[in-house]
Amino acid sequence: MTESDNEFVCFKNVQKSYDGKILVVKDLNLSIGRGEFLTMLGPSGSGKTTCLLMLAGFETATHGQILLDGKTINNIPPHKRGIGMVFQNYALFPHMSVEENLSFPLEVRSMGRSMREQKVKHALDMVQMSEFATRRPSQLSGGQQQRIALARALVFEPELVLMDEPLGALDKQLREHMQFEIKHLHERLKVTVVYVTHDQTEALTMSDRVAVFDDGIIQQLASPDTLYEEPINSFVAQFVGENNTLTGVVEKIDKSSATVRLDSGDMISAMPVNIHKSGERTQVSIRPERVETDMKRLPEGGYTISAEVLEFIYMGDVFRTRLKVAGNDDFIVKSRNSPDQSRLTPGETIKIGWLPQDCRALDA
Amino acid sequence: MRALLLIAPLLAFVLITFVMPIADMLFRSVENGIVSDILPRTSAAIKDWNSQGVDDLPHENVYRNLLVDLTIAVKRRTQTRVGSRLNYEAAGISSSFRRVGRGLRSFNTEPYSNYFIHQDENWGDTGYLEQLFSNPRISAALPSSASAFRTWQTDFSSDQIITPDDFVFVALASDLSTLANDKVSDLGIDSLRTAHADIDQLSTSSIKHMFIEFDKNWGDVNLWKTIKTFSPRYTDGYFLNAVDLKRGIDGVERRDQSERIYLVLFVRTAVMSLTITVLCILLGYPVAYLLAHLPLRKANLLLILVLLPFWTSLLVRTSAWKVLLQQEGVINDILVTIGLVDDAARLVMINNQFGTIVAMSHILLPFMILPLYSVMKTIPPSYIRAARSLGATPFTAFWRVYFPQSLPGIGAGSVLVFILAVGYYITPELVGGVKGTFISNRIAYHISSSLNWGLGAALGTLLLVAVLILYWVYDRIVGIDNVKLG
Repeated sequence: MTESDNEFVCFKNVQKSYDGKILVVKDLNLSIGRGEFLTMLGPSGSGKTTCLLMLAGFETATHGQILLDGKTINNIPPHKRGIGMVFQNYALFPHMSVEENLSFPLEVRSMGRSMREQKVKHALDMVQMSEFATRRPSQLSGGQQQRIALARALVFEPELVLMDEPLGALDKQLREHMQFEIKHLHERLKVTVVYVTHDQTEALTMSDRVAVFDDGIIQQLASPDTLYEEPINSFVAQFVGENNTLTGVVEKIDKSSATVRLDSGDMISAMPVNIHKSGERTQVSIRPERVETDMKRLPEGGYTISAEVLEFIYMGDVFRTRLKVAGNDDFIVKSRNSPDQSRLTPGETIKIGWLPQDCRALDA
Repeated sequence: MRALLLIAPLLAFVLITFVMPIADMLFRSVENGIVSDILPRTSAAIKDWNSQGVDDLPHENVYRNLLVDLTIAVKRRTQTRVGSRLNYEAAGISSSFRRVGRGLRSFNTEPYSNYFIHQDENWGDTGYLEQLFSNPRISAALPSSASAFRTWQTDFSSDQIITPDDFVFVALASDLSTLANDKVSDLGIDSLRTAHADIDQLSTSSIKHMFIEFDKNWGDVNLWKTIKTFSPRYTDGYFLNAVDLKRGIDGVERRDQSERIYLVLFVRTAVMSLTITVLCILLGYPVAYLLAHLPLRKANLLLILVLLPFWTSLLVRTSAWKVLLQQEGVINDILVTIGLVDDAARLVMINNQFGTIVAMSHILLPFMILPLYSVMKTIPPSYIRAARSLGATPFTAFWRVYFPQSLPGIGAGSVLVFILAVGYYITPELVGGVKGTFISNRIAYHISSSLNWGLGAALGTLLLVAVLILYWVYDRIVGIDNVKLG
């Protein structure tokens, strides 16, 4: 990979403010490699969509540079950027048929008729929608419209495709199906995709890398597994995946371990992530599936603590148990539904345990 | 059922104050009762007359019946109404009726009463006649005289007079002379048979001659043709008139060049309304676009400016245009002051079509802007963005993507503006002068000044039908479902 392939899209010190006072994007630096699937994940108002709109050319950066394939595109109007875009509500032109919608980007590029027809047909085949060519968008289901919007963004063969919460309006099953379809298309066509979503499952499933946005800043930029297993601050830990937090004060800290005095008085040991000195307040984060309720299964070196069972929910593949642990009565444990797994009854007091390395001490 | 009860007050209100008067007015465009109501016997008698030439006047009996009808009409003071009704169709008839109404007294009708009474004293006795006509077979055989006698009884007779007036005998003569011998015999009344036998004697004192001698216009075939044409209860005459046609000697024909005014007015109304509609689209579209795309606060301010004319009286707005556009007005003054226009050659911008178009475009503009605005507001900005991201220039994105989606707004606004413009009255009246008036001004003239309600109603009906046809055509081409008002 050459340097420019690693920096196909590049945000350099980009800032954006709508009113001249509040920065919605604060000093963004981000490089996206050629052919990469990068997801911008974050709650609404975190600045992720603004970043996408700046890249597409619908918003101008207040400060900084945006580069595409090594060229500054700050002053290039949207229609000359050659970036495909899929919108949240699909934005299929209601007065044109599916064919005409797909043909539109080719027409404005003054492509000949036969060439256009060939490309439209190819794009429709790609999303398995050939038999709907003459329909109007309003005659299609949500999922079908989504495929057409995808085909339209790809038909003029852009190297970069932006997707702004494209699956937001679909039901759960269709959404999961489309996630894989988009992922497969990306693998086949090798286009660069910048994908914006607030759905963390979607981000984890589809992306090569995920940039978690909050408050106009990228909180963490990492591959899905790193993001899930090694969140670098409490926001990322909370936002990505389910998470149990116990609050306390750092008692003792060295390079590889920290001792935390929880607010209930219990002392636990945890991996220090972004805490620096003793006396600091901290949030200790443990994933629900890393907590063991059966002491026989707990590996050597595990930490145990007593807990009161508040609620037991049978969810089919997993059991979900709500416990009261060290004063936190919203402590969730997920255990696989295997034959030897015991089902807990509300009211009983049990021992639970986890490995100290699964327990991450983060900022409070 | 409850829904019906809930709307019942409004429904009743609309029916009584709106639908019924309009239906009544529209009915007047074909209704033509005056001639057959006031000249019932003449109308009946003239049915069989078909003029073969200039000299082929109606039969003596028609004149006899006219005398009977006119005598009654003079008594009831209704003869001038027939005159003025027929005057709409042929100028001058009104004076013939007025004059003969005054001169009827001088007609010597004594031979008629003498003829009957000399034959049989009984004819001079009211009681005898009453008994005669109470027989239904006889009143059916002698319709004119039966009704004339009854009218005489109610309107003319008094206790002192026992012999009916002469006109009753004129009617009797007319009836008898049309009856065949055997018919009279069938009635089985001797006095009738005797009277019938010598009825031709009476042709020596011809009523026809009396009329023509009194006023030679009554010997004019065209006058009689007019009466015959307009004697049926229903007529297409108003409608023909409304499209510059008339029922002439040989059926329907165009009016003389100097009398053709309505078709020109209809065409002018349509062309000017279309011009106003197009002007409103051109002026209103950018404003509506701005309204739909400005931030809410600014858009609301602009919307108030658009609505401001709505809150000002129509008369004030129109008068303002008078002040601005007249030759000594503000615009001319400015143009003269800056030297663009010579003082001697001030522009004529009012009391012509220009004035009407300017003032009405201004007045109707909100009706274009509001539907456009409400449609444009529903077009999500993502469409334009999508088009731009697909490679369209701002203009292409607007023209290929935005504009087609705003068409329902243009459609709604155009229908609204055009229909309002076609029926507009006050503004063309005030600033239109002669050249800039609409058909509605003519309708108003016929309703309130010339009192030719029938013609006014016919013009109004045509206008209504034209608008409905346009609406239908529009529905076929654009589809009324595509029209959005918000």
